[in-house]
Amino acid sequence: METEVTTTVPSGVAASGGVALDEVRRAVVTSGGAGSSIIGMGSSVGEMLSYLGRSETELRRFLHGLPGVDQVGAEARAASLATRSIKTSAKLWALEMAVRMVDLTTLEGADTPGKVLSLCAKARRPDPADAAVPSVAAVCIYPDLVPVAKQALAGSSVAVAAVATAFPSGRASLAVKLADVRDAVMNGADEVDMVIDRGAFLSGRYGLVLEEVQAVKEACGRAHLKVILETGELVTYDNVRRASYLAMVGGADFIKTSTGKVSPSATLPVALVMLEAVRDFADLTGVRVGVKVAGGIRNAKDAIRYLVVVNETVGENWLNPSMFRFGASSLLNDLLMQRSKQLTGVYAGTDDYSLS
Amino acid sequence: MTWDYAPAPESRAIVDIHSSYGLFIDGAFVDPTDGNAYKTENPATEEVLADVAAAGLHDVDLAVEAAGRAQKNVWGPMPGAERAKYLYRIARIIQERSRELAVLESLDNGKPIRESRDVDVPLAAAHFFYYAGWADKLGYAGFGPDPRPIGVAGQVIPWNFPLMMAAWKLAPALAAGNTCVLKPATTTPLSALLLAEIIQQADLPPGVVNVLTGAGSVAGAALVAHPGVDKVAFTGSTEIGKDLQRALAGTGKHLTLELGGKAANIVFEDAPVDQAVEGIVNGIFFNQGEVCCAGSRLLVQESVADLVVDKLKRRLATLRVGDPLDKNTDLGAINNAAQLEKIRSLADQGEAEGAVRWSPSCELPAHGYWFPPTVFTGVSQAHRIAQEEIFGPVLSVLTFRTPEEAVAKANNTVYGLSAGVWTEKGSRILWMAGQLRAGVVWANSFNRFDPASPFGGYGESGFGREGGRQGLAAYLDV
Amino acid sequence: MSEQRLAVRKTYKLYIGGAFPRSESGRSYVVVSSDGSFLANAAQGSRKDVRDAVVAARKAQLGWAGATAYNRGQVLYRVAEMLDGRRAQFVEEVAASEGVAHKQAMAIVDAAVDRWVWYAGWSDKVAQVVGSSNSVAGPFFNFSVPEPTGVVGILAPQASSLLGLVSVLAPVLVTGNAVVLLASEKRPLPAITLAEVLATSDVPGGAVNLLTGRVAELAPVLAAHRDVDALDLAGAPASMLVELEQAAVTNVKRVLRPDSVEPDWSAPPTPRRMLAFLETKTVWHPVGV
Repeated sequence: METEVTTTVPSGVAASGGVALDEVRRAVVTSGGAGSSIIGMGSSVGEMLSYLGRSETELRRFLHGLPGVDQVGAEARAASLATRSIKTSAKLWALEMAVRMVDLTTLEGADTPGKVLSLCAKARRPDPADAAVPSVAAVCIYPDLVPVAKQALAGSSVAVAAVATAFPSGRASLAVKLADVRDAVMNGADEVDMVIDRGAFLSGRYGLVLEEVQAVKEACGRAHLKVILETGELVTYDNVRRASYLAMVGGADFIKTSTGKVSPSATLPVALVMLEAVRDFADLTGVRVGVKVAGGIRNAKDAIRYLVVVNETVGENWLNPSMFRFGASSLLNDLLMQRSKQLTGVYAGTDDYSLS
Repeated sequence: MTWDYAPAPESRAIVDIHSSYGLFIDGAFVDPTDGNAYKTENPATEEVLADVAAAGLHDVDLAVEAAGRAQKNVWGPMPGAERAKYLYRIARIIQERSRELAVLESLDNGKPIRESRDVDVPLAAAHFFYYAGWADKLGYAGFGPDPRPIGVAGQVIPWNFPLMMAAWKLAPALAAGNTCVLKPATTTPLSALLLAEIIQQADLPPGVVNVLTGAGSVAGAALVAHPGVDKVAFTGSTEIGKDLQRALAGTGKHLTLELGGKAANIVFEDAPVDQAVEGIVNGIFFNQGEVCCAGSRLLVQESVADLVVDKLKRRLATLRVGDPLDKNTDLGAINNAAQLEKIRSLADQGEAEGAVRWSPSCELPAHGYWFPPTVFTGVSQAHRIAQEEIFGPVLSVLTFRTPEEAVAKANNTVYGLSAGVWTEKGSRILWMAGQLRAGVVWANSFNRFDPASPFGGYGESGFGREGGRQGLAAYLDV
Repeated sequence: MSEQRLAVRKTYKLYIGGAFPRSESGRSYVVVSSDGSFLANAAQGSRKDVRDAVVAARKAQLGWAGATAYNRGQVLYRVAEMLDGRRAQFVEEVAASEGVAHKQAMAIVDAAVDRWVWYAGWSDKVAQVVGSSNSVAGPFFNFSVPEPTGVVGILAPQASSLLGLVSVLAPVLVTGNAVVLLASEKRPLPAITLAEVLATSDVPGGAVNLLTGRVAELAPVLAAHRDVDALDLAGAPASMLVELEQAAVTNVKRVLRPDSVEPDWSAPPTPRRMLAFLETKTVWHPVGV
């Protein structure tokens, strides 16, 4: 069946895991017995890509042939997982892991170098009063501010992720979107968060969506690619499953729920469906794709619920920052507050934590 | 990097368990005439919880007479709108004391606190709310302009959903103007006794509800045979149900029965597969599989059998077996030693018959009555484990090729309580629903209950319906 | 309470979108008790208040209809609890407004609470009584379900300031409609107090909107409003009936005409007032493998 795939992060490289995953993917994993023209267990991503990329019809047939998602059932499963009670040591573990999984984000028109510097300082050292608090995984910013962030984070383990491809709408020509990506990469971005063309997806031009992901992946070079599905605009869980596959077949290192600019953004059931897709894709190809939830994760309780869903859907191999991320801003301080309560037994006040 | 969930125990301190309980007759707790008592235990630990009265024949007389007086003089003549307000009160107090009730139920029954808290207790309250609303609208229920109650209802309930079954029985009976004598199961008396306290808090007139704890063979048998009982409602095993039906032959008493089942959970190749797996898990492992309508036979279309069973087994690795009071427990203790023995025996039988037995690895506590979640593949209709109700966390997996074959296999049983159908195709859902000989069909779902939704079986799963407008029929003289 | 102590009088405002604004016109009018003595200044609603109320109702309606029937029943039951808890206040206002003795006012309030409870219990039963699966001649599953009409404008009875009010409001609300209700012109105070009860009972803001003011001024606005789906003319003056029904024609409103004389509201109700504001949706679905 599938060959076990481990991702190791080479020392000295940003803890995004994306680079390591690329190397793994290049060593295409196949298993004996799977026909090359039929997608079955053990297909490599490359084989899938060449088969599906061949025609819009094949691609549509494949995507529409994926098992449907029953909305009521999926939401009930997510709600049931949300009743898990994570206490004491388990809670502390989760809080600290969640901090390490944060992509600390600022994506405002009003962003300035000053704002980004402040963000980076917080990302590096979330709690100035407690050195035991780990750094976050990455900062997530607009591409023109990448140089500022790179300088501020030099020597740290915090990666610099840039949104690109005419974020958040994605409404621009491919040439413009690729230029956006190249810009970010040239400025030193370690990770690129792209948006899929939802207009193309919703009008059934799946081939176009796939091609764009592939093109962006190529333009990323060694940078790690996250593909934003904008699940709020896709609306149905069936669409979320299909878009997840499109992104993964196209070469995504991570699939991401939302830009955070559209409501609804991340929800537990959407994350569940995406994690199921990721799990099934790993079974099919041996490749593990990460998941990022972004937008609407305001407090530690929410974050812990997502970790439960990860744990009970794909398992412990995804419970690390190379495979799961939170795109958030205000979440970080709530994680610190809850952590402090776990450690000291006392509820902290908001002024106990620095602004980002 | 394994993330172990730390223990998350629900506190026992919220509920005050008395050291001993009397019978609830004519509005008060009284000692049994013969002074007999027995002990009820926590099946997860075998620890004794309390001494409980064992009703004797004279106690049954007292209770039935009290119910008769109350029906004739107080409850029967009372306007429906006033009866409604009593039932609303009971519903409200159940809601207010819900945490207490949930903890008590888990202690006495062995079921996970998550289920007693999120399913059993809310549904119990909801049944009282729903039927309260019928008490003053009986003329609109479709049974004529002024349907009358039957009289005194003798109600015998099982140990699998003690509080919820009490609510399913009492609420419609009271709404229709009957009074009740309730006999909870021997191993799970405590939540019914707390319900009796709640009934006192609601100021329900004495005798309208009476609770007799004790042995089925003594108190239960005497109750259903009592000449003062006009209507009998029984939920329990098919075997006892038949005894009851025999005993009541020729007596003129109204009777409804809700008995066993061996439901088929049918998964087609185009099912929403991840939700179907959840439905399979819920179908047989909810309440430890101790459910009359449990989806104890998985009928999976052969073309996707390996895929579905594979996903099921992987999913079962995250099922948590253990302390019922831990909020993260999914599968609790088996209710009593006798039932555990029965499950073990049938499971061993399954192996002997040649089916392939599998369980995820799980650590079972040293004390108490425990059985791991178990899946048998390679089962056929000729196997005992495909025909006999196990009433435990044991799933038998069979395959089928076509919808017709699925129907034939699903219907190939003396039971007919429930069935599940998993497919994305609406017309097939409706066609299957029409063909399946089952009182409840769950499409792309399983084990969904609501006071507005009639529940009951075909064939040897019993007759009569509980819930909905139809549920009033059992308690009206129509 | 000492004789010297001055009471802190209530200000009677409108109830729109879950809040209690004054009329945008700034007007008020004097409400007197049955014996002519001053009771309060009530807000005198304007056509713009009607407009705002309809906007609020439309905004809230889908959410209210989308709640489970169980949930709506629970909310209405809670309203009954709050009503019963405030009985003393209502008894006083009814006695003052209608000029009835204390004992009779108590009976009226009791009846109003019980009336509300009666309707609360209908939320999850209406579909079972008026819906059906229909035996059509073909391989189809065919079913009919009742659905709330939408935004309903109600002219509350002029004389029965609480019991009549409850009898026209509860049946429309319980099935998932949103309401714009014009209170009795001369006896509006129990209505505004009822609005306070609604506001503290988990009734979503905008599901019920309550206006006080001149019927002759406001009723035609409500009747002609194209975003109001139905109209209950219970409290319409006889002289206005034709005009209002004609105004309602603009968007084919469903109109519930009043009885020729204001009925005895203490008589047991029937489902009529719920059915008048329900649509029937019938669905066909083939049955086959």
